[in-house]
Amino acid sequence: MFHPITTVHYLVLSAALLAVGTIGVLARRNIIIILMSIELILNAVNINLVAFSQYFRQVSGQIFAIFVITVAVAEAAVGLGILIALFRNKETVQADEVNLLKW
Amino acid sequence: MSFLETIWLIPLFPLFGAAAMLAVGRLLDPQKPGHGHGHGGHGAGPGKALISILCPGMVLLSFVWSAAAVMELAAAPGRAHQVIQHTWVAGLPFHMANGAMGSFGADWGFLLDSLSSVMVLVVTGVGFLIHVYSIGYMGHEGGYYRFFGYMNLFVFFMLMLVLSNNYLLMFVGWEGVGLCSYLLIGFYIHKKSAGDAANKAFIVNRIGDAGFILGMLLMFSMFGTVRFLDVNQALAGMSPEAGFGVLGLMALLLFVGATGKSAQFPLYVWLPDAMEGPTPVSALIHAATMVTAGVYMVARSHALFRLTPEASMAVAVIGAFTAILAASIALVQNDIKRVLAYSTVSQLGYMFMACGVGAYWVAIFHLYTHAFFKALLFLGSGSVIHALGGEQDMRRMGGLKDKIRVTHWTMFVGALAISGIPGLAGFFSKDEILWQAYSSPWGSPAIWGVGLVTAGMTAFYMWRLMYMTFYGTSRVAPEAAGHIHESPRSMTVPLSVLAAGSILAGWIGVPKLWSAFPEAFRAFEHWLEHTVPSVVAHGAEAHHDAGLEWGLMLLSVGVALGGIWLARQMYLRRPDLPERVARASGGLYTALSRKWYVDDAYQAVFVNGLAKGGGSALAAFDNQVVDGGVNGAGWLTRFGSSLSIWWDTWIVDGSIRLFSFLVKMASFPVRVLQTGLVQSYALVFVLGLLAFLGYYLSR
Repeated sequence: MFHPITTVHYLVLSAALLAVGTIGVLARRNIIIILMSIELILNAVNINLVAFSQYFRQVSGQIFAIFVITVAVAEAAVGLGILIALFRNKETVQADEVNLLKW
Repeated sequence: MSFLETIWLIPLFPLFGAAAMLAVGRLLDPQKPGHGHGHGGHGAGPGKALISILCPGMVLLSFVWSAAAVMELAAAPGRAHQVIQHTWVAGLPFHMANGAMGSFGADWGFLLDSLSSVMVLVVTGVGFLIHVYSIGYMGHEGGYYRFFGYMNLFVFFMLMLVLSNNYLLMFVGWEGVGLCSYLLIGFYIHKKSAGDAANKAFIVNRIGDAGFILGMLLMFSMFGTVRFLDVNQALAGMSPEAGFGVLGLMALLLFVGATGKSAQFPLYVWLPDAMEGPTPVSALIHAATMVTAGVYMVARSHALFRLTPEASMAVAVIGAFTAILAASIALVQNDIKRVLAYSTVSQLGYMFMACGVGAYWVAIFHLYTHAFFKALLFLGSGSVIHALGGEQDMRRMGGLKDKIRVTHWTMFVGALAISGIPGLAGFFSKDEILWQAYSSPWGSPAIWGVGLVTAGMTAFYMWRLMYMTFYGTSRVAPEAAGHIHESPRSMTVPLSVLAAGSILAGWIGVPKLWSAFPEAFRAFEHWLEHTVPSVVAHGAEAHHDAGLEWGLMLLSVGVALGGIWLARQMYLRRPDLPERVARASGGLYTALSRKWYVDDAYQAVFVNGLAKGGGSALAAFDNQVVDGGVNGAGWLTRFGSSLSIWWDTWIVDGSIRLFSFLVKMASFPVRVLQTGLVQSYALVFVLGLLAFLGYYLSR
């Protein structure tokens, strides 16, 4: 009745998460949402890594995933820090209202 | 230890007192500076008591030291002793007038001879009494330590003046006493009039000092030295000058210095204003000592003046003229201290009269007696002012005789002495001056006549002062009348000592005419003869005519008594008389009360005319020429800079702006890509990624 979950399922899920994340980063204006979308992209990568690790019976993919999680944590902390600093100065979290770095 | 060898210590005692006062006096007597004649009771703290002991004590020490030195001097050969302590100005070579090489030098040298010994004793003796008096008089004033510091500094400089052995060092003292005079006239630093008077004294004295300096330089170029003894030696070989020559010029220049310091016409105007200072200052500096420095200097230069009859004539004429001018002004003054100030000017005129006719010892004799009775009169007037709580106008005095007895009696003696009543100090010196003015080869009946009239005026204004102050009905303001009180002992004792001096001081200069007295009674002349010979000119002995001398003496006493009688009539018997006389005399009275318009003339010519007129001329020059030049230069600069601006704006800036405009134009397409929106960049990444992906997948 139940089909076993194959590597393809994982890859489809991963691709779906990547698509959702990418669209979130490009389309949403709230920087918190953008950060969350970046997390989605990273987790899509993680799923990909773990899926291939299982498929190839090699543990290095999982180790790599743990590294990615670590970097993601650091990135989230730095990102939120920048966000707070930004909010203190400009009282906004909207990405389109922050356009100082231009000519 | 010999006192004669250590005469250089004499000035150092008061210098120590002054240095102590000015360095730490503020700690000893912490008070605010005074606001005039206050009677606010300050407690006499231990610091103040220390000041009251130290400063007069230093002067007393100088007095004792100099008295001891003079005792030793009496046994010294030639009655002169020179101590050269250090070289001050090392000899600088220069060409003298006669072409020989001279050296410009001076030393810290001290000379005690019979002339300077008189001055030293007068300065320290009278100075000590006035210091003691000041303890009482200044006790209620602020700045007690400052007062005593300046007073001690004054005594130091005065002693330097009289003890120096050369003109240059004398000039140091000369300027130093001028400085102290300035400081003490302006002692009441909150009063503008005091500051103005101090400035006036200082500035007027500068004119005289310029003469002194020029005379001194001339002396250097003539003799190559300014040491008294060397100059005298150089002069000893010369014969009297025929006509007016270099020596006459030198003498006159020195005399110009003397007119400034000793308040002679035309430079006397500062002395009456100097009465703005505290009364002890008027007594010490502006009556007894500093103002006599000119007389001392002329007497010190007697060897020079003897050789120049023309210059001596000028001295006598200026002296006589000043004497009668100041005496006439004193006739109508109402400020008690101003009467005494003009009286001082007048008496100094007497001294110069004596110098001018060659009777130098008589001038010094009068200086010496005058120091007693004029210091007494000033201190007495200070005691009156003290009793009345600061009142100086004699029109608001009167009837004080029984309220301040000691002051009255001592001033009574002083007034008799200055009037020339026989037996008192003033009689001997004044009568000798009048006799010398008449009988000296350089004298003349005209000078004698002026002196005689002045003597009458002197008696009149002095007794006018006495009657207005002490006798008749009281015109004292009611608020002052309540607390009239005799001054403390520290003030009355010096008054009494000076009164005794005013009686006794003259008895060492008894006229030769009174042949009943032995020569001991003529000690003054004999003492001074060692330094200042009595003979005027070689071979010209004064002609003696006993009958004539008796007659002149009686005449001068008669004139003095007449003056006293007239003052009594006008100010005691018939108080309405002065009014009527003043009205009847019309313009004369006005001229007298306006001091012969001399001050007004000075104001018009020098202050308004030269200073302000010269100022407006200078202003015109400034506006037209200096400012014109500056403005022209400014216009040129502005014009040049406008050219420069044009070049900068259109050529330099223009080329830069053109270049930047080109860059801006060229960069436009690139610039619009940089939106500053992070997501637009991310979109470009993704599109690029997709493009690569599409390319690989479709291949």
